[in-house]
Amino acid sequence: MAELRDLEIKEPAARAAELAAGELQDIPGERMILNMGPSHPSTHGVLRIVLELDGEIITKAMPDVGYLHRGDEKIAENMTYTQFVPYTDRLDYLAPLANNVAYALAVEKLLGIDRQLPPRCQFIRVICAELARISSHLLGVGCYAMDVGAMTVFLHTFTEREKIHNLCESLSGARFTTSYTRIGGLSRDLPPGWVEQCRKFCEEVLVNIDETETLLSRNRIFVDRTRGVGVISREDAIDFGLSGPNMRGSGVDHDLRKAQPYLVYDQLEFDVPVGAEGDSYDRYLVRMEEMRQSVRIVRQCLDKLPDGPVNIADGKIALPPKARVLTRMEELIHHFLNVTQGVNAPPGEIYFGHENPKGELGFYICSKGGGTPYRLKIRSPSFANLSILPHLLPGHMVSDVVAILGSFDFVMGECDR
Amino acid sequence: MATAPELADRLREKFGGLIAGPVEFRGELTLRVSDAERMAEIGAFAKQELGFDYLVDITSVDHYGDDPRFVVVYHLYGYGHHCYLRLKTEVSEEKGELPTVTGVWRTANWHEREIYDMMGLRFRGHPDLRRILMWEGYPHHPLRKDFPLAGKPTDVPEVAFTQAAPLVGGPFVTVAGGKDTIAREPRGRLPESPAGETPSPAELRRVVEDRHDHGAARGPAEPRT
Repeated sequence: MAELRDLEIKEPAARAAELAAGELQDIPGERMILNMGPSHPSTHGVLRIVLELDGEIITKAMPDVGYLHRGDEKIAENMTYTQFVPYTDRLDYLAPLANNVAYALAVEKLLGIDRQLPPRCQFIRVICAELARISSHLLGVGCYAMDVGAMTVFLHTFTEREKIHNLCESLSGARFTTSYTRIGGLSRDLPPGWVEQCRKFCEEVLVNIDETETLLSRNRIFVDRTRGVGVISREDAIDFGLSGPNMRGSGVDHDLRKAQPYLVYDQLEFDVPVGAEGDSYDRYLVRMEEMRQSVRIVRQCLDKLPDGPVNIADGKIALPPKARVLTRMEELIHHFLNVTQGVNAPPGEIYFGHENPKGELGFYICSKGGGTPYRLKIRSPSFANLSILPHLLPGHMVSDVVAILGSFDFVMGECDR
Repeated sequence: MATAPELADRLREKFGGLIAGPVEFRGELTLRVSDAERMAEIGAFAKQELGFDYLVDITSVDHYGDDPRFVVVYHLYGYGHHCYLRLKTEVSEEKGELPTVTGVWRTANWHEREIYDMMGLRFRGHPDLRRILMWEGYPHHPLRKDFPLAGKPTDVPEVAFTQAAPLVGGPFVTVAGGKDTIAREPRGRLPESPAGETPSPAELRRVVEDRHDHGAARGPAEPRT
């Protein structure tokens, strides 16, 4: 007869400490290397993690990123500022509108015109960024729920996300690759009837968020799989450069929309939710509340939406109206120079951080003058967020990896650039 | 609450001639550190004494043709005072090395690996200085200015390739003067006709109708047992 004995299951942190001290060696089994990804449904793209396991407990985790590296930064050095806008769609491809806004604001900061944008443009950009946030979080929560075993939520949130894509389509002509912003403005104004559609969506999405919450927030299975799993302390969150909901989940009250207000965020009322425990469940809760706050922001913007132009009047920066290009000499020259040589940026360097759905998306632009950046560095939130995994995963079970990765809501397009 | 210029002044007081600046551009302060070897020490002071607890990003710029060639840029942020500060330091091509700041901010780990990968600068004391975005064994540093946009072929057999993707000759590329897509499309070809030979539309229609008739005559497929 084999001897039966009880195995005490301890807290992940305690297990990790014991493993490190070598006190768990009496448990039968040997170290095993498990390759997770790059094609694994829960890695949400092409993340590969090499896990070293002792039984089912992770002793070492080595993330391997770069499978989606396309050299965006190199590409940016070889084209004008405006030409790079479509590439920003492909960074965080779940929130292209927010990337467009972030990039345009960065270039405008370099040009020194970020405070001179027409009010209508600023409000529309805020609406875009917040719709992107809702869309990204709907996907994040839906996929997360599916990762930990709740299929219905995914179908629920995707139904709602589809409506945002319809809005994107009537806004920019594309559902995903929106490329909506231009340096100094937008590619076009809101189409007729869009504001009403957007208001209708705001009503519907709130119902959907409430329903999603009833499906998940007190769901025993979901709570058991997420609460106390992947706990990140406030200090670790800051030290590892986390940002966005992952950082706020750890109780850091920091939101770039409040801390460094850009666009018209200082005229809008919204709250920044923060977590208390820093576990996966808190990160989920933060996302849910952020969606509600985003709806609140969108509604305020729709109410306040001023009339007027959407592009800056300076023809050297934004393309002049086509009718004038075809009839007037000066506008024709502006159009020609703008398209062939790009916006003439001054020499200098700037960093602009934008509160993207995934965290702080920053652009560092080093310009030596002229229409192309000398160096454009994309500070992607997912890259920094994932760098905590080797520290966070050891001590957890293999199945917890899925729960932790899902709660991070990362996008490899942005991580690998 | 401290402002960014005050914090920059305190840093300059502490390290004296080592730090030049601040230069202000678009409301951002940049300090230039003349000796890259002291970066870790300066970082530790900035974090512990000045409250720059959050390292937003580290990046590098290749000023090809200048000496020193590389500039490493640190973006610091403090949660206590909400101020940004940028530190820059220069590294020459011959040296190509500077101390790591992973001991100060752990997020520096991946950022420094990326700089090593993309620009080829080494960080002394880094716990795990491997390539991060390119694959292990890749010989070049793609973000250097002397690396061409189109890439370079590498002699790493069976790992990956860096030649231009073979679009020409691929299924979706029409060569000027050559056959059009319908002619090249495999389904548009009769099984018995030699590859590359285009059947006439009448011939194609006959084959398609023939297949259709046979399918209808057979009735629904029997379930396999």
